[in-house]
Amino acid sequence: MSTPISLPELTIASVRDGLLKKDFSARELAEAALAFAQAENPKTNAYLTFSPERALAAAEKVDMHIAKGSPLGALAGVPLGVKDVIVTKGLRTTCGSRMLEKYIPPYDATAVIRLEEEGAMVIGKLNCDEFAMGSSNENSAFGPVRNPRALDRVPGGSSGGSAAAVAQGTAVVTLGSDTGGSIRQPASFCGVVGVTPTYGRVSRYGLVAFASSLDHIGPFARTVEDSATVLRAMAGRDEQDSTSAFAPIDDYGALMKHSVKGLKLGLPAEYFEGLTSETGAVIEAAVKKLESLGCEIRQISLPHTKYALSCYYIICTAEASSNLARYDGVRYTIRAEGATLADMYRNTRGVGFGAEVKRRIMLGTYVLSAGYYDAYYKKAQQVRTLIARDFSDAFKDIDGILAPVSPFPAFKIGEKVDDPLTMYLSDIYTLTGDLAGVPCMSVPCGTSKDGLPIGLQIFAKHFDEATMFRVAYNYEQATTR
Amino acid sequence: MNLSEKDVRYVADLANLRLSDEEVPRMSHDLGQILTHIEQLNALDTSNVEPMAQVLFDADETATLREDIPHTPLSNKDALANAPCAGAGYYKVPKVIDRT
Repeated sequence: MSTPISLPELTIASVRDGLLKKDFSARELAEAALAFAQAENPKTNAYLTFSPERALAAAEKVDMHIAKGSPLGALAGVPLGVKDVIVTKGLRTTCGSRMLEKYIPPYDATAVIRLEEEGAMVIGKLNCDEFAMGSSNENSAFGPVRNPRALDRVPGGSSGGSAAAVAQGTAVVTLGSDTGGSIRQPASFCGVVGVTPTYGRVSRYGLVAFASSLDHIGPFARTVEDSATVLRAMAGRDEQDSTSAFAPIDDYGALMKHSVKGLKLGLPAEYFEGLTSETGAVIEAAVKKLESLGCEIRQISLPHTKYALSCYYIICTAEASSNLARYDGVRYTIRAEGATLADMYRNTRGVGFGAEVKRRIMLGTYVLSAGYYDAYYKKAQQVRTLIARDFSDAFKDIDGILAPVSPFPAFKIGEKVDDPLTMYLSDIYTLTGDLAGVPCMSVPCGTSKDGLPIGLQIFAKHFDEATMFRVAYNYEQATTR
Repeated sequence: MNLSEKDVRYVADLANLRLSDEEVPRMSHDLGQILTHIEQLNALDTSNVEPMAQVLFDADETATLREDIPHTPLSNKDALANAPCAGAGYYKVPKVIDRT
């Protein structure tokens, strides 16, 4: 190794370049990434577990391919971090919960298998809100993650560790999960790219279930191109997840480089109410930039947006109350004793779950309970139809939608922790994408006067990630060069 | 909308969740606040709207069916590896049936 590797500057392409030019071996890169991540971790608490054995085994394979001159995978030698709600065989997966503090999964998530097949090196598991429930990463049983761009502030959530690791440069790319904004909001707070693909684009097999009809796996990266490379590598039908789609996977890397000239992009009025003036101004400038690149900007309306929060918190808590019933002291590592079976269940769940998880299990159980099902759950499912219809109606005339990701930039640790409803309101612009199942992403588009990152949200039609990446890539290239 | 402490304890029982005496009033306050917010949905007429359970993709009705090919499932040992209490190839739980 001639010069020390500067991890925060690496991209998938520069890793490949460095490997092929023999600037470093995959083993040297894995060792450097692990050492850097371990040294930086006390600052942010982004990693919960490091996986040197797994990373070095992956590196050895890549180095062998290079020695033999055989073709390299799309992610050869790329240091990858994985959110701790995505299972990894033999590698502790906590979900940020005391309930799974010692859980060692007996299988790998499909997304992880596919990225490792392309040569990615898993260096560790990333902190997150407990069972992905939260918007600030303060609900982790293992302490909050701090935002690398401002250490007294939250990194966003629930995939806070995944966003922080990429922003800090301890991983080149990471995996997160998004149920109501858990990829886009932390990406926006930490100034990195975060992608929520179309529902069904990436297999959920091995993603610990929170709200199955809303859960997505998606990538974080420092560039749009890297995020697209990761998505393409893990996308596609998987027999282990019957909701994973058969839709063809486009060559995002090539299509994103096409000009955006003539693309019709909508600005939904409802997403420009209630945001800070600073965020509004930064988003407006980004819209102007895209207009100057030849996009046609249209004012549109997504009229049911204001009902998204209520709709979301009924559906996600109902599904969560059912999905989390499995943590009962029988199968998953911890048990609190009780005189009867029911007492054992109750005691185990009482000590194993944190406050936000309990709150959501309670709300979900209530809305599904006898006499309330139609008033809450069925009603919310009907409202979900209206929200999804807002998008399909809008997309009859336009190719994409631009909006803020969050009404405000990263807030201070502790600022909203005592008020669940205010915390929920930080997700008002991201919930709709999950409810409708359309692809959406956050791309950095500026900072507040305090230097806090702000993200631009881009939505596209179902399975049209190519157009979403095209808008993001053209914007990124026009602003960072 | 208010959820009384009695209601909270009833729902906690349904959810198999032990709440401490300190958690109950807090839960009653928080859930009441969220349920009040949710009441806004009542203003929306949804009488002719189909409920949406899942995001669907276009595919043949039988597309998700696969060939019936035998494969090796998770071994008994691996499946029980995370159990807090297991023996003789089974999960162990507190006594459920009382033979009297």
